Amino acid sequence: MNIYFFKISTLLYFLATMVYSVYLILLKDDLLRWASRTVLLGFVIHTLAFLSRYVEAGYTPVTNLHESLSFFAWMIIGVLLIAGLRYRIKMLGSFLTPIALILMLFALALPKEILPLAPVLRSFWHPFHVIFAFLGNAFFTLAFCCGVMYLIQEHQLKSKRMGAIGKRLPSLKVLDDLNYYSLKFGFPLLTLGIITGAVWAEYAWGRYWGWDPKETWSLITWFLYAALLHQRLTVGWRGRKAALMAILGFIAVLFTFLGVNLLLPGLHAYSNW
Amino acid sequence: MKEKLNLGLKLNMEIIVIGLNHKTAPINIRERLAFQDSEIEEALRRIRSIPSIRETMILSTCNRVEIYATSKDIEKAVQELKQFLSEIHRFPLERFERNLYLLIGEEAVRHIFRVASSLDSMVVGEPQILGQIKEAYQRANESKASGVILHRLLHRAFHVAKRVRTETKISNHAVSVSSVAVELAQRIFGTLEDRVVFLVGAGEMIELAARHLVSGGVKKILVTNRTYERALTLAREFQGEAFPFGEMSVGLKKADIVISATNSPEPILTSEQMIRVMKERKHRPIFFIDIADPRDIEPEVGDLENVYLYNIDDLQKVALENLKDREKEAERAEGIVREEVERFVRWYQSLEVTPTIVALRKKFEEIRVRELEKMLSLHPELTEKERKSLEAMTSAIINKILHEPITHLKEKDEEAMADFYIDALQTLFQLPQSSEVAKEEEDARI
Repeated sequence: MNIYFFKISTLLYFLATMVYSVYLILLKDDLLRWASRTVLLGFVIHTLAFLSRYVEAGYTPVTNLHESLSFFAWMIIGVLLIAGLRYRIKMLGSFLTPIALILMLFALALPKEILPLAPVLRSFWHPFHVIFAFLGNAFFTLAFCCGVMYLIQEHQLKSKRMGAIGKRLPSLKVLDDLNYYSLKFGFPLLTLGIITGAVWAEYAWGRYWGWDPKETWSLITWFLYAALLHQRLTVGWRGRKAALMAILGFIAVLFTFLGVNLLLPGLHAYSNW
Repeated sequence: MKEKLNLGLKLNMEIIVIGLNHKTAPINIRERLAFQDSEIEEALRRIRSIPSIRETMILSTCNRVEIYATSKDIEKAVQELKQFLSEIHRFPLERFERNLYLLIGEEAVRHIFRVASSLDSMVVGEPQILGQIKEAYQRANESKASGVILHRLLHRAFHVAKRVRTETKISNHAVSVSSVAVELAQRIFGTLEDRVVFLVGAGEMIELAARHLVSGGVKKILVTNRTYERALTLAREFQGEAFPFGEMSVGLKKADIVISATNSPEPILTSEQMIRVMKERKHRPIFFIDIADPRDIEPEVGDLENVYLYNIDDLQKVALENLKDREKEAERAEGIVREEVERFVRWYQSLEVTPTIVALRKKFEEIRVRELEKMLSLHPELTEKERKSLEAMTSAIINKILHEPITHLKEKDEEAMADFYIDALQTLFQLPQSSEVAKEEEDARI
């Protein structure tokens, strides 16, 4: 059952991405209404997919790459819906939905069977670790999209052109604020994710920290965002610098999540496929 | 459905527009001919009493004065309308006759469609004109000066305006330097409400630009000027704060938007100075509008991060770019107008007596044949003779029913009301020429 729901929500995200892309070309506001309805429906069905998999598996389904990709995408769409409601940013869906779709397609290509839970994952802490980490990552994705939109808008303003897209993009102020807000949520969540991960590691392997690639890279990511937050609050790194840092941070996030799994061997390897 | 049978009378009612606008007449003449709101009712009543005119409406705005009318005797109607304009305003006709334009039939239809869609406005795309036409139409309705044709014409005009507004981006472009500045400020700061504007200089240009920003939502204004008194006066006007010229950096630290227009021969702000200011500002974004000639602000200032610098040429370039976009949109709008004029003319031509009678007969005949066949197939026992008499009887019934309305329509005395009857018949019986238009009119009302 959960696989059906998963596939339907992937299809809906696909449709929404199409409509959002057409919107970028035609800039007809009617399209947005359809796109956001489709995304909302996709999110509801995706939620059903998660719940039914939870019931069918008997554990929180965030234990292999298929599950975590799907969970990450679910969080991203959740953040999109919240930010979209709160800030009414027209273009946001055109940037976030394709990212969620790519994760979903990736997850679609991976083995989807429910397997008996590996012993190290049978921990009270593990689901918290994953949920915190991915919710944080979803906010970093939002910060990334705001960064990209900021650079586009800034480029148009600096080059003194009034492109049609620039007119629809939010103002620099809104994009910079949203970048900051998403860090304010994302950073504590990432911190919690690392802490709960360490606690879980203590249960699973008998040590809090072991410098395996995943751990190292999440620490690098953590330092990147910590640096950005610090500079922002002290010397007023904002605007372009903050946008670039949010993009850099997101690349680190992706590498920590996917690159490490696929390229570097380590303890998190069970989450390979 | 354009058979030349000439059975009934042809409706030669024509739509005419007579008037003048910002393109044909200078302001002093437009002023003389404009109608005050309070005068319109009386004016409509007087036009109504002109025998050659059937329906009428007056559109009077600061850019145009136009009388819409329908008439069968155009020449006479035009003469009388000109006389009327001259008399009611006590203004000799020869003073304004050459400023008048006269449009008839299809041209008049195109004209009102273009006016309603703001294609004929001084500032193309400005939205007020539609409201003004709606008001003019309402007044004509209240005074019972408008009839079937103007009703339809105006409803179509509103429909066209709506199409132009939703299908083209004609009104989305800032085309004046000041409105471009406001639009840019909004793209940087979002809402302008909490923004601080700093005016460097106190000339007319500055005042104008500041006024635009205030209408865009800005509340706090700072002013500095070489002669401090001028700064004080301007600050008082905007309930702002004045600085001596020497303390410019204080203003630069506080401001979000800086408008500069001094007549200093050299730049008053260099990029070295600005780098220091930006540090003090903690790199909060700042938007410079340099409208001075020669420039007040070194161009390199615009290369700094979080600094946006537009001089008057940049603003003009953007305005021109927008204007070009808008012209492209206007072309698309003209296409919509063409389409709608064609549609209206089709409806208008169907308002003739003969085709309507033909269509009405055809409709009745179809019903008769259909019902008769149904009945005959249910009763195969009927003899040929019985069938013949049923046929004759049903034909007689529809002829009798149609006899009086048709005679009525053909009567010369009823000529004046013909359009009303025809429209009613077409709508009530859903006759083919009008059904399509009628449906669209429904859409336009919603």
